[in-house]
Amino acid sequence: MSATFLGTPAFPTAARAALADTQLRRNLAHATGTIRAKRAAVVGEVDEWERLRLAGAALKDRTLRHLDTYLVQLEESLTRAGATVHWARDAAEANRIVVDIARVHGTDEVVKVKSMATAEIGLNEALEAAGIHAWETDLAELIVQLGEDLPSHILVPAIHRNRSEVREIFLREMGRHGKAAPRDLTDTPAELAAAARAHLREKFLRAKVAVSGANFAVAETGTLAVVESEGNGRMCLTLPEVLVSVVGIEKLVPTWADLDVFLQLLPRSSTGERMNPYTSMWTGVTPGDGPQEVHVVLLDNGRTDVLADEVGRQALRCIRCSACLNVCPVYERTGGHSYGSVYPGPIGAILTPMLRGVGHDTQLDSLPYASSLCGACFEVCPVRIDIPEVLVHLRTKVVDAHRGEPKVQNLAMKAASWALSDARRTAAAEKVSGAVGRVLRGTKRRAPGGRGVLGALPGPAAAWSDARDVPVPAPESFRAWWARTDGGRRGNGGAK
Amino acid sequence: MTVGLLVTCMNDALFPDTGRAVVTLLRRLGVEVDFPAAQTCCGQPMVNTGYLDEAVPLLRRHLEAFAGYEAVVVPSGSCAGSVRHQHRLVAERSGDPGLVRAVEQAAPVYELSEYLVDVLGVVDVGAYFPHRVTYHPTCHSLRMLGVGDRPTRLLQAVRGLRLVELPAATECCGFGGTFAVKNSETSIAMGADKARHVRESGAEVLVAGDNSCLTHIGGLLSRERSGVRVMHLAEVLAATEPVIEEAPREADRTSAGSAALTAGGAR
Repeated sequence: MSATFLGTPAFPTAARAALADTQLRRNLAHATGTIRAKRAAVVGEVDEWERLRLAGAALKDRTLRHLDTYLVQLEESLTRAGATVHWARDAAEANRIVVDIARVHGTDEVVKVKSMATAEIGLNEALEAAGIHAWETDLAELIVQLGEDLPSHILVPAIHRNRSEVREIFLREMGRHGKAAPRDLTDTPAELAAAARAHLREKFLRAKVAVSGANFAVAETGTLAVVESEGNGRMCLTLPEVLVSVVGIEKLVPTWADLDVFLQLLPRSSTGERMNPYTSMWTGVTPGDGPQEVHVVLLDNGRTDVLADEVGRQALRCIRCSACLNVCPVYERTGGHSYGSVYPGPIGAILTPMLRGVGHDTQLDSLPYASSLCGACFEVCPVRIDIPEVLVHLRTKVVDAHRGEPKVQNLAMKAASWALSDARRTAAAEKVSGAVGRVLRGTKRRAPGGRGVLGALPGPAAAWSDARDVPVPAPESFRAWWARTDGGRRGNGGAK
Repeated sequence: MTVGLLVTCMNDALFPDTGRAVVTLLRRLGVEVDFPAAQTCCGQPMVNTGYLDEAVPLLRRHLEAFAGYEAVVVPSGSCAGSVRHQHRLVAERSGDPGLVRAVEQAAPVYELSEYLVDVLGVVDVGAYFPHRVTYHPTCHSLRMLGVGDRPTRLLQAVRGLRLVELPAATECCGFGGTFAVKNSETSIAMGADKARHVRESGAEVLVAGDNSCLTHIGGLLSRERSGVRVMHLAEVLAATEPVIEEAPREADRTSAGSAALTAGGAR
């Protein structure tokens, strides 16, 4: 069972297919609309929300500024608490560390708590290649895994599926990987959840090794925290003998007290709940209670490169709440797969190209353009990541990486810059458009209100005009009118 | 007080009526308006597509054109946002400290509704527009500038105008500058939903503060033969009641009944 995003085409092409998928459009519109309303309601209850956001952003910024200090402090705290700390520069190193730990314990399976970091490094595929099954235990991740599908959302990876599809996947696949679903399974949510529960319980009780990520890592105490809704995380974090947690180095908070801010920001922003059902925290090994062998893999995998980018580094504040996905009008229509990345939506459009490098891959370079810059993402971000600012910043990097190449867009922008950097040249261009306007003034097609418009046009103009009428240029520009009438003070001041 | 009108490149070439409406409106409110002829474009299309170097000469032109004005008024939320939030970025890119200083010292730029409500302190601009209108808050005026309810307060004070609610008003229309062509399928999908909401509102006229977004939504509404037109906020606010001229005394009663209507600015 391995599905990867490799081979996803550039965003506009991938989006075209998604836009035509009627069921996907319906599922996404319904799901994002519901969660959006829930978030708005519970955020609206908090008078100090803006101050909380500012505090969250400031805490993360301070942590990132002194990341070198806090990381060493975290390592010391973890080691003191009986955990083993591993450092991984990239995905390959991290995967090797986890595979080796599983091998030492002679197991051919691990249970997993939903984790973006392990999805980012392709851990399941690496374990599979080593003959070790990685069982996802989050309900939505289970749906994705059983369906040999890809996650399409950070928080609700199976958001693109509805319950009828989930039922079909459970009936078809569960028996092949463990306890089968009841033959008379219906698509009621309670029955689907019960089938997943029975299927997963077997695995929880059997597995010797669990793999998790962490939402937060407290430097002063060495405490890791996982925030979840289903209790599968609590099972994974407490039942197996060995626990391996893969943690991005930006997940740090300096002190226990800092969690106060983030545990208020995260649930309201992500699931639209005042508090999430399960918050599990563990500090190394507690004799006689929970896993007796605890490993923490601190993962870089491009994060220090992001940190070096003065504008882009704010993306490392991200606490993976996915509020930006839920409000994004682009995401709502194209879904997560179009982004070709484990991090979809607005945050994915900035984080993925920065983690993997800008300017060398058409698909990655298409992501910063997958936004209308409407700013809804920034408005809801609990740690105030100015996503539109970073998108524009990354577009600049994409353009700079291809300067001097004879691309149509490069030439068009050069020409526009030339025409618009001198008012006489601009006026000359407007004379041409005015002449076109006079010729086309008699066009039969009229927009509501009476202005002449053109319908579908051939060639490159089709991108605009195959669905949108084009207004006929004004016969006289504003500039020409002003000059002719002295700003309306001469003659009758009317338009030509 | 004389303000400089930043008409925007798009209004200049495609929507001069909007520029004329701003002039009519501000003069009616006692403001002297000047159009610095050296202006071209604020550079937003370049910046938002990633072409910072190409925006540098446009920024120089903009600063030269508006040097010496106490205030600049622009009938566009996104161009106002570009001047306020992107010009510094472009200046820094140029590596010219003089340009950075010039951006810092430039006159304040006001989006039209900000200028009317905040600077002039008027809400009732004396307009008359007897139509059923809905208002789309464009993203940059709503979220980048934070114009809030200024445009709707202005519209509510227009005599004869009935303002109806636009469902899902704050959602982006999908224009997004070059996004509209680089990701045209997604842009159209977003615009189709916006156009549907406009039609659901039951309005005759869709009003917004940005002709760029209106070209996109209006293009869709036009293609659908929706019977809903789009108009810039400035044009609605410039419209006044037709003056019914007194019939000449020697004329008979019937010709007085067909009094000439003078167009009050509405197209």
